[in-house]
Amino acid sequence: MERASLSAAARKDPTPHGSVAPTLVDFCRELRDEGMNVGTSELLDAFDALERVDWTRREDFREALAATIAKSQEDRHLFELVFDRFFFRAAEAEALANRAELGGELTGVQDRAGEGEPGDRGEAADGGQEASEQFDADALRQAILDAIERGDDAALRDLARLSIMTLGGAPSSGVLGVDVQRVRRALQLRSQDLPPGEEGAAQRKQLQQFERHVRRELEAALIAQTGKLPTVRPLNELNRALPSSGAQDLAAVHRSVKMLKRAMATQGLEHRGHQRTGAVDVRHTMRASLQTGGVPINLRYRPRRPRRPELFVLCDVSTSVTSASVFFLSILHALHDSFKRLRSFVFIERVAEVTEVFEKARAFAEVSERISKTAGVADISGYTDYGRVWADLYEQVADDFDPRSTLIVLGDARTNGRDPRADLFGAVAEKAGRTFWLNPEPTLYWNYGDSVIGVYEKHCDGVYECWTSKQLEGFVRELTTTRRR
Amino acid sequence: MAVDQAKPGATAAGAESAEALGAGLEAVGYLPSDTVSLVSYLAIQMGKPVLVEGPAGVGKTELAKALARHTGRELVRLQCYEGLDEAKALYEWNYKKQLLRIQTGAAGDGQATDQWDSVSDNIFSEEFLLERPLLHAIASSDPVVLLIDEIDRTAHEFEALLLEILSDFQVSIPELGRIEARTHPIVLLTSNDSRELTEALKRRCLYLWLDYPAPERELEIVRLHVPELDEQVAKRLVEIVRMVRELDVKKPPSIAESIDWARTLLLLGAKQIDRETFEQTLSIIVKHRTDLDLVAERVGVKLADRGAGPAGA
Ligand SMILES: Nc1ncnc2c1ncn2[C@@H]1O[C@H](COP(=O)(O)OP(=O)(O)OP(=O)(O)O)[C@@H](O)[C@H]1O
Ligand SMILES: [Mg+2]
Repeated sequence: MERASLSAAARKDPTPHGSVAPTLVDFCRELRDEGMNVGTSELLDAFDALERVDWTRREDFREALAATIAKSQEDRHLFELVFDRFFFRAAEAEALANRAELGGELTGVQDRAGEGEPGDRGEAADGGQEASEQFDADALRQAILDAIERGDDAALRDLARLSIMTLGGAPSSGVLGVDVQRVRRALQLRSQDLPPGEEGAAQRKQLQQFERHVRRELEAALIAQTGKLPTVRPLNELNRALPSSGAQDLAAVHRSVKMLKRAMATQGLEHRGHQRTGAVDVRHTMRASLQTGGVPINLRYRPRRPRRPELFVLCDVSTSVTSASVFFLSILHALHDSFKRLRSFVFIERVAEVTEVFEKARAFAEVSERISKTAGVADISGYTDYGRVWADLYEQVADDFDPRSTLIVLGDARTNGRDPRADLFGAVAEKAGRTFWLNPEPTLYWNYGDSVIGVYEKHCDGVYECWTSKQLEGFVRELTTTRRR
Repeated sequence: MAVDQAKPGATAAGAESAEALGAGLEAVGYLPSDTVSLVSYLAIQMGKPVLVEGPAGVGKTELAKALARHTGRELVRLQCYEGLDEAKALYEWNYKKQLLRIQTGAAGDGQATDQWDSVSDNIFSEEFLLERPLLHAIASSDPVVLLIDEIDRTAHEFEALLLEILSDFQVSIPELGRIEARTHPIVLLTSNDSRELTEALKRRCLYLWLDYPAPERELEIVRLHVPELDEQVAKRLVEIVRMVRELDVKKPPSIAESIDWARTLLLLGAKQIDRETFEQTLSIIVKHRTDLDLVAERVGVKLADRGAGPAGA
C-alpha cells in the first residue's frame, strides 16, 4: 500500500525529497528491471522537476517524471506501462473494493488511494464472489459486445473486472497471456463475430482494448494474491511490441527486414565465392583454347547465377487479436515490402496463402483486415492444428521448395493437445534449404503446457524467441552469421 | 568572460508556471499541448536542454521560434548536417583578419622574434574569433533561444562537443582557454531518429515527444493560420487528415500539410470538401506516389459527390 499512499503523502509534504524519494527510487528501479536505462542523473532531475510542478495533479506528475526519465519514444511507452502498474494498480484495486464509479474520474481514484488499507483486498475478493452470482457468461458476453459496439471504454474496463471475477474459478496458469486467452475463449469473443470491414475495424480495436483491460486486471489480481508486483517483464514486452501505437515499431520492423535482405544478398555472394568451381562453359573454353593451339589449358566457367533470395513465411494467426499476431503480420508486411520472391501463408487449423493480399494491398490496416478474412478460411475450430498445417504444407507447397529457399515459421507451437506431427514438419523442413522458427512466447514457457516447440526445434536451423522489434533485429543479426548447411 | 544572468530560471520572463508559459506561447501564435507547456517550463526552470522528437511537421522548429518570440529572445539556429564540424558550429579563426594583422605588424619595425610573439598572442584573441551559432548562443550578452535542428544528422563526435557546451556552458578554445557563458540559452534539440543519440547526450536533456495534436487542437491551429476558412470546412479538413494519418501511408500529412490544404481550399473558395475537391487537392496532403492511390481509394470514396449536399458525417 506504500505505493498507493504516494499522492496522499505528497499533499502533506510539498517537498518531494523527504516523502517521495524512496518511492521514486523504487519506481526507477522497476524501470531499470524492465531494461530501461535510468541513471542517477535522471533520478535527480526527476526530483528537481517535481519541485517545480504542482504534482498533486496526476498529469503534471506523470509528465514531469516522463520528461526527466524516459528519453526515447520506446522508453516513453515502457514508462506508461510501469507508471500505471506502479502508481495506480493499488489505487484501482481499492476502487474495485468500493465498486463505485469504476471508470470514473482518476482524481477520485487517487483521493481514495491514500486511505487504502491492506484489509481492503479481502473485501475486494468478497465483492467478486457476489458478482459471480449475479452474472453468467452469456449475459457477460452480451454486455461486452454491447460495450464494444458503443465504444464504451469505461464499461469495458468494468466488464473486464467482472469477467475475471466470474470466470475466476479456473486456476491461474501463471502466464498472463494464457489466462487472457482463456477468458477470451470462455466468453467466446472472436473477432470474426464482429462485423467485417470498416465498421468492424473500430470494434476489433475495442476488443483488443478489452483484452488489455483483462490483462491489467489479471495483473492486479496477481498482485493482490502475492502481495507484490508480478515478474511481468516478458508479457509487458508483448505490449511493447504492439505496432498499433503509430509507425514507430513498424519502422523498427522495416529496418530489421531491410537488414535481413542485405544479409541474404551478401550470403548469396559468400556462397558464390566459396565454391570456386562452377559448371565449365565448354564453348567459351574451346574458344579460349584457340590461343593455346586448341589445347584447353584454361578452363572457362559459366558465371554462377546469383542466388535470388527466396522466402516462404508461415504465420500463425490463431490468436488473431493478440499482439503477437499483429506483430507477426507487421513482419510479414515489411518482408513483402522488401522481398520480391516471397510467398506468405497464414494458418490456424489450415493453411491459406496470402501472398496476393500483400501484393495488392499496401496499407497495413487493410492487410490485416483482409488477412482476418482469409484467416477465416484457415480457421474451422479456432484452434491451431499444427499437424494439419504441416500436411497441407507438404502437399500443396513443399514441392516448390528448393535447397535455396528459406522457410520461416512464426508461431507459438501450441498444439491444443493435438498431434504435433513432427515427422511431417521434418519432411517439410528437409525440402527447404533452411528453416527458422520465431516463437512469440518467452523461452521460459516453451515446452510447458501444450507448447511443443522442442519437437520442431530439431528440424530447424534456429529457433528464436521473438515478440519485440529488438528481438527480430537480433534474429536477423544472427542470421547474418549463420551459414547455410 | 563575466557570468551574468547565467543562472537557470533567472531570465525566464513570462514563465511563472507552465500555464503562464502556455498562455504566452498562445499569445505569439503557437498552440501548445499541456505537455509541451509543462516540459518547456521545466526546461527553462531547470536550465536543461530539451530533446524534441516526433514526426515531421508537428511543430518542433516552430516551438523554438515561439519560445523565442514569447521570451523576446533572439533565435539562434544551428541546422545540422553530415560533416558539420566545429568550425561551422562553434567558432573559427578569422584568417583574413589575422593575416592582415600579421602583415601590418611585420611592416612595423625590425625585431622579428619578439614581434612575432606579441603578434601571435594578439591574433589568437577574441577579436579574431568568428562566432558560429553555438559560441554566439552562449557568448551573447542577451540570452537567446538556441535551436539545434536535426542533431541526428551529425556524427557521434559532434555530440561530445555539444555535451561540453550543454552541460558546462563553456567552450574551451586551445589558444584562448575557456570561454564561459555570459548568458544561459534555452536549448532545444530536434531529432528525426535516424540514429541513436548517445546516452550521455540524452542524459543531459529533458525529453519531449511531440505527436500530432488532438483533433480539437489541430482545428484551432488551422483556424489560427487560416482564419478566413469556413469553420465547417476546417472541421472536415481536420477529420479527413486524421483519416489519412490512420492509413499506413509512407508520409502521413503533418500540421504543415493541414495548413497548406486549408490555404488551398480557401483559395478555391470551397464550401465543402466533396470528392472532386478532395481529388483535385489531394496532392497537397499526400506527397508520395504510392500513397496517392491508396488515399484516393480509401478516403476519397467516403466523401460525397459534388452537389450531394454538404458532407455531414
Ligand atoms: N502548435 C502549433 N501551433 C501553431 N502552429 C503550429 C503548431 N504546430 C505546428 N504549427 C505549424 O505547422 C508548421 C510545421 O511546423 P514545423 O516546421 O515547426 O514542424 P517540424 O516539426 O519542425 O517539422 P520538420 O520535422 O519537418 O522539421 C509550421 O507552419 C507551424 O507554424
Ligand atoms: Mg523542423
